[in-house]
Amino acid sequence: MRFSRKTLGIPYAVFLLLFVVAPLLVLFYYAFTNGQGVFTLKNLTDFFTDPNTLGTLAYSFAVSLATTVLCLLIAYPVAYILATSKLKAKSVIIMIFILPMWINFSLRVTALKEILTIIEGNLAFYPFLNSVLGMTYDFLPFMILPIYNSIVKLDISLNEAARDLGANGRMAFLRVTLPLSLPGIISGVSMVFLPAMTNYVVLDMLYNSTYIMGSLIGSYFNAYNWHGGSMIALVLLGIICVFSLITNGKEDEEAKTGGALL
Amino acid sequence: MTRKIVRIAFPILVLLFLYVPILVLAFYSITDATQIGSFRNFSFQNYVTLFNTEELRNMIIGTILLALGAALIATILGTLGAIGAFYSGKRAGSAIATVNNIPVINADVVTGFSLCVLLVVVFGIAKDTYIPLVIGHVTLCAPFVYLSVIPKLRQMDSSLYEAALDLGAKPSKALLKVVIPQIFSGMISGFALAVTLSLDDYFIATYTKPATFDTISTYVVNATKGSQTQIKTALWALSTLIFLLVIVFVVVMNIRSWRATKKGEKA
Repeated sequence: MRFSRKTLGIPYAVFLLLFVVAPLLVLFYYAFTNGQGVFTLKNLTDFFTDPNTLGTLAYSFAVSLATTVLCLLIAYPVAYILATSKLKAKSVIIMIFILPMWINFSLRVTALKEILTIIEGNLAFYPFLNSVLGMTYDFLPFMILPIYNSIVKLDISLNEAARDLGANGRMAFLRVTLPLSLPGIISGVSMVFLPAMTNYVVLDMLYNSTYIMGSLIGSYFNAYNWHGGSMIALVLLGIICVFSLITNGKEDEEAKTGGALL
Repeated sequence: MTRKIVRIAFPILVLLFLYVPILVLAFYSITDATQIGSFRNFSFQNYVTLFNTEELRNMIIGTILLALGAALIATILGTLGAIGAFYSGKRAGSAIATVNNIPVINADVVTGFSLCVLLVVVFGIAKDTYIPLVIGHVTLCAPFVYLSVIPKLRQMDSSLYEAALDLGAKPSKALLKVVIPQIFSGMISGFALAVTLSLDDYFIATYTKPATFDTISTYVVNATKGSQTQIKTALWALSTLIFLLVIVFVVVMNIRSWRATKKGEKA
């Protein structure tokens, strides 16, 4: 066979088909069949009629939404202050905020747990608050970085132009800086919202026994119930699809990968 | 005035939130404390336990080997995929790009669970073979390598490859001597990213790993549920060591890029 650069892509294409596409197809098959391999909608109707699973869905959204809002409220001012400061060592300081990202999350959550235990006495008093704090602690760097990247590359003269044209500081921020940093915000939100719906280990480690969507998959997995678990995975996949359709094209791709690459 | 104070105080408060837990743990890791809050003496017992307990040592070495192995495979596959997709027709290229994004966007729980169902339940591959675990981690990492290499291919001057062919190089040699050096920095950052992703992963490992094998994440999560004090405090030492390693790594990387920009300024 003649060598061509195209053919180099074949191993990866096969890999993607086998281990990305095929698992999703298998999920569909298992979600819509029962133990005997007969087609059924039972898993689907079970999910949407059982108050427990619907409650789990609602609780996941609550945890995730609270985490995203809290991350945004902390990350935006930090990113804004740093990006607009006149410090020369900006890039070093932002690195200090990002650095915890590289420490294993389970060890960081353990550290937070010890501190929260001292402050609260018993973690059982505030399960929801603790979970949101744990997730925020875990995901905050992922929110700071894209927002910082999107603000730092803004053309400062746009803001000055708004001032020259009579806008006060607040107006200039609301009408110029904030809209222009929106792609960074969307990138950050997409890196926090979905993981916060599924990262049930944070809840486990902080002794919050309420389920979120991820925990449901975990419990079906432990019970070897592949059909039920597949349906939960499909529901999550649906949420992820809707979410990425909404944010599609509005994200700041450069800010995101720039962060991933250090 | 208050504006100025807020501009300084707020970021410092956030830094405290991020670092106080890690630093407190680091402090207590060099004491004989069995829980945070009280200690009698300073002691390096936790560090001794960390390196002398076989279970802990195996878990650390296993995690590192898995990360390096999976990252290496992911770098080779992802780079080949990026080159192939970049030079393919529009449809094949965008098909690969789309599928490549699925594991990036997807929740790790879903990726791990679906791989477990396919490999273990459908294909019947035993988890003890480590095959599902390695495939899981390569699936996690390779898409990010692909995303790191693609921009480098776009920036590359495509006429160089043609020139090498015109000068008589075989396509394989032109690829090795012309294309690879130009995308090498992308491959390296892809590899580094792959290592950190694998080290941090909990979910994919949980669903695909052999029962007798633990990564740092799965081990720590199980240990926090247990009540073995000695192991618990040894993990404080592990957390501190990783923290120090990350600091050293980031400082070295920063000095290198600082030197590079300085050289660039001179030239």
